[in-house]
Amino acid sequence: MLIIENILLALSALRANKTRAFLTMLGIIIGISSVITIMTIGQAMTNALNDEMGGLGATNITISVSQRRTKTERSDSGFMFRDGPRRNDMKDEDKITLDMVEALKEEFKDQIDGVMLKQSIGNGEVKHLKEYANVSVAGQNDISMKKEDLTMLAGRQFTAIDQKEGRKVCVVSDYMVGNMFDEDNEGALGQQITVVIDNKFYHYTIVGVYQYNKNDPYNSDDHYDTSTTLYLPLETAVRQAHSKNRFTEITAIGSTGEDIDALMKEIKSFLNSKYYRNNENYEISCMSLASMIESLTEMMNTMSLAISFIAGISLLVGGIGVMNIMLVSVTERTKEIGTRKALGATNSSIRLQFIVESITLCVAGGIIGVAFGVLLGNIISKIMQFSAAAPIGGIVIAVLFSMAIGVFFGYYPANKAAKMNPIDALRYE
Amino acid sequence: MDESAGRVIIDAKNIIKRFYVGQPNELEILHGIDITVREGEFVAVVGASGSGKSTLMNIIGALDKPTSGEYVLDGVDVMQAKDKELSGIRNRKIGFVFQTYNLIARTNALKNVELPMLYAGMGRNERVRRAKELLDMVGMGDRMNHRSDELSGGQKQRVAIARAMANDPAIILADEPTGALDSKTGRLIMDIFHDLNKKQGKTIVLITHSPELASETGRILTISDGMITGERKGSGNADN
Repeated sequence: MLIIENILLALSALRANKTRAFLTMLGIIIGISSVITIMTIGQAMTNALNDEMGGLGATNITISVSQRRTKTERSDSGFMFRDGPRRNDMKDEDKITLDMVEALKEEFKDQIDGVMLKQSIGNGEVKHLKEYANVSVAGQNDISMKKEDLTMLAGRQFTAIDQKEGRKVCVVSDYMVGNMFDEDNEGALGQQITVVIDNKFYHYTIVGVYQYNKNDPYNSDDHYDTSTTLYLPLETAVRQAHSKNRFTEITAIGSTGEDIDALMKEIKSFLNSKYYRNNENYEISCMSLASMIESLTEMMNTMSLAISFIAGISLLVGGIGVMNIMLVSVTERTKEIGTRKALGATNSSIRLQFIVESITLCVAGGIIGVAFGVLLGNIISKIMQFSAAAPIGGIVIAVLFSMAIGVFFGYYPANKAAKMNPIDALRYE
Repeated sequence: MDESAGRVIIDAKNIIKRFYVGQPNELEILHGIDITVREGEFVAVVGASGSGKSTLMNIIGALDKPTSGEYVLDGVDVMQAKDKELSGIRNRKIGFVFQTYNLIARTNALKNVELPMLYAGMGRNERVRRAKELLDMVGMGDRMNHRSDELSGGQKQRVAIARAMANDPAIILADEPTGALDSKTGRLIMDIFHDLNKKQGKTIVLITHSPELASETGRILTISDGMITGERKGSGNADN
């Protein structure tokens, strides 16, 4: 009850001195709005990062063969030697074999949904009658195809038998079909095409046409140079490349809900201890988008926090301004305080009145600061091409913090008012 | 001394007030004052400035405690009261009317009258109802939404009287209530006090330096040099 009355009272006191109240609030407004601006931009960046990377498969764990870190050795004479980067070429026996993939699948069958295998053959040219089109040819296993999430316009994707027997079939883009078969997707099915890679000729039968995403920023727009992917069953590609089914990089898909970070470490130590313990030059390293996002987000949060802390110093200055003006206000209203005491106000109700006034001042400044900060943050985010964001947690903390400033810096003046001797206060002119 | 057998409201005995106690400049302002005021009385305390009149008023008004003596106000022992209890006594037992009105700035008449009730913890509806009633009583019912700086001196003082009456106090303590007003307006204010005293039986203590005003009251106490030096009956009427 008294709180509401006090808030109304505080508002009318602030209204009575609008300019003074605004100037006092300015410190709080600047402090809060700079913190919120930074937080808004940070939030927008994090959102953008998550959106972009989440779409790429945050649960994917990329397992790759990488060079061992150089070792530090101590010579007899006590000098430290650091081996330079090894330049041994990767040999087939250093690569990941299908056996390893199978062992991996078996070991982690409850934690991973599958392993994406991809064998890139290279860029080439498709020939059919007199038409030409650029393609990049890649063999992919069923899991990998599924993850590509192709929109099929005609025909089908690869069957298990296609994959197993390494049939000479392919899935091509509608873009390529458009160039070579007059946009007749259905008509392209069953057609045999010739692909030229490094002056070698390969023949495949089209079994499916997928929709090529023109808006994908990674695809080039140039009409003649546009190269679309031509998918082959993995086995087909392996045979063609004579690569004996060895991979330098595979991708395991973590099951949803798994701790990707922990899973990553387990996979790494599993493969390293089992297959690479005796390999002098190479080892397995793992990387996941989840962990990358996590560390990037963490870094960004730390940065936001650090900058916010500096901005927080301006809040401190603003708080001192509030205390100063509250002291002036208490002195100015000495007679009012005396009157209130004569009318029966207790010390604590006088204290409450002035603390509420100080809180009202700070929270009003805080709210203006939040509004201004969100606005400014979003304008900057917009310029930086991020979508809008509002750091809810930050806003709540900012308002609570400005309230805390109100209490902290309002307490001393309020206490001074509360402790006034009513006789002296009444006599004050 | 008054023969009317009303209940004793102010019962002060041997009130001594010293300032700077224990210091070389220790100063005794009141040298053992006895005052008794009964319910329904209209008493004037008259004295020149420096006579100790203000100090006495502060003590009667529970704004200050005497150094020694006994003071019982409407059955409450003020000597034993702590700060918070003194606030309660001022809130419920005493209605102050000041020479300078002391309305709260930037606040309308209604809110001013509500204030003592707010501190007494009265509910909003009851507060507003009573405040309106009191403002009507002093003839300010049509100006209750005017802010204090929009009122004339006489109007301010009428609002102040309504405010003093808010918690139906045991006494109204009026300190030079007409001191800042012209004689015509002052007359109006005095009439309100007479009305309150006669029609509602309110106990009123009027502090003044004017013998004319004092003689309108029922009993006049003269104070000089910190002692009660005289006591006489007044006419008790405005038109003497």
